[in-house]
Amino acid sequence: MILTRTFWQPHRIVMALVVLAIVVWCALSLRWDWVPKYAPMAAFGIWRTLWILVLSIVFGLLLAIPLGLAQAAGPWFLAWPARAFCSVIRGTPLLLQLWLLYYGLGSLFPQIPWIRQSDLWPILRQAWPYGLLALTLSFAGYEGEVMRGAFKGVAKGQLEAAKAMGMPRFTTLRRIWLPQALHRVLPTLGGETVLQLKATPLVATITVVDIYAVASRVRQDTFLTYEPLLLLAVIYMAITAVIVLIFRWFETRRPAKVA
Amino acid sequence: MAATATLELLQLEPPGWGAPLLRGLMASVLIALGAYGLGLVLGLIGAFAKLYGGPVARDLAAVYTTVVRAVPELVLILILFYAGTDAVNQVLLSLGYDRIQISGVAAGIGVLGVVQGAYATEVLRGAIQAVPAGQIEAARAMGMPPGLIARRVTLPLMLPNALPGLGNLWLNATKDTALLAVVGFAELTQTTRQAAGATKAYFTFFMAAGALYLAISLLSGWGFARLERRARRGQPELHS
Repeated sequence: MILTRTFWQPHRIVMALVVLAIVVWCALSLRWDWVPKYAPMAAFGIWRTLWILVLSIVFGLLLAIPLGLAQAAGPWFLAWPARAFCSVIRGTPLLLQLWLLYYGLGSLFPQIPWIRQSDLWPILRQAWPYGLLALTLSFAGYEGEVMRGAFKGVAKGQLEAAKAMGMPRFTTLRRIWLPQALHRVLPTLGGETVLQLKATPLVATITVVDIYAVASRVRQDTFLTYEPLLLLAVIYMAITAVIVLIFRWFETRRPAKVA
Repeated sequence: MAATATLELLQLEPPGWGAPLLRGLMASVLIALGAYGLGLVLGLIGAFAKLYGGPVARDLAAVYTTVVRAVPELVLILILFYAGTDAVNQVLLSLGYDRIQISGVAAGIGVLGVVQGAYATEVLRGAIQAVPAGQIEAARAMGMPPGLIARRVTLPLMLPNALPGLGNLWLNATKDTALLAVVGFAELTQTTRQAAGATKAYFTFFMAAGALYLAISLLSGWGFARLERRARRGQPELHS
């Protein structure tokens, strides 16, 4: 699509040349000799960023389904806590939630003997479980609100028809309600995934070594200001582009219309 | 016993950390307001460039919104912080002045404003597109100059469409100020971490700060709902 004649109008050719000139200038006059030395570390950092992203989205979505369902159709003693959870998550900065979990729970756990002696302790002593937990809860909070709207948006007649056919309530949820709600959420999921990717570097502030932390390490070691940051920005843009392409491919495969 | 100890930690006089926390809150709100204002100005320019600009302006606006929305705010803050200070000092040096130290508040407003501007561009562009085209065409047919059309027709008519998105943006502005803690600026989150680290009362302070942020968010949600009702007065109710 990018190679069509309508794309390459004269002003775009000039702009592309300007961008090319800037890239060449950056490549020649900035220092890049540190790249080979830190490349393995960077690859590991990208890997960690990606799996934190994927796991937090999967767990967050699994949590968001009951959160949305409780708000859309639950009794008040389920709906009210779910709504409060979503408001608190959406109303406070993620950085604050992350630090509350890491410093708060992190200082509480060592004082409790049975946690210290449990088999989970070697994992709980590391930083990444707290980062993953904070990102998961945050995604669940935002997506729970979206799921609430999606559950409410499914046509009443569908549910009534299922009930009239004598379908048990759980089967209705599994076969009718949830698939249609998820179908409504899918188009927004790509954007939410990009937002979640942009939230992952926060885990570097609690000593998790993701790609952002690698760039910070390079800046400390080499006293370079711009080079690592520019490369980091390019890496994030590349990951964003891949996410957008994956979701665009998904869009073409899902049926556009359901009853 | 525990409750009085908690209250002592949060009281305003020096052994308690109440006063620094409130100063941090003030700094956060100040930066959020400034960044939001700057973001709205940039967003208006960007939206008009995307909708009515020439080919170059349109493409530049597209590059601006795409790049800013694809790179994490944290990375942008660092890049713009260093690049911005460097650029200002280069200009000052070439004009024959001395280097200056840019204040944290000014840098924070500038950096977060640029980030906000990209999102505001998209919100405002969508809202302007939702204005019935006939209204703007009628104004043009009457011979109104473009500035007057924007002021009298486009902007008032798009406001009800834009307000929900603008409300979300304001909440993002208040929450994004917390990111300045990473570059060491003493806003609410950074002050909270210092207080918590000094007293070891992590839960107390992070929850107190969370309550402050939540209060801002709930208050602004209520305020924006009222603003939208006011902007929509006279319009027929869509659904009841």
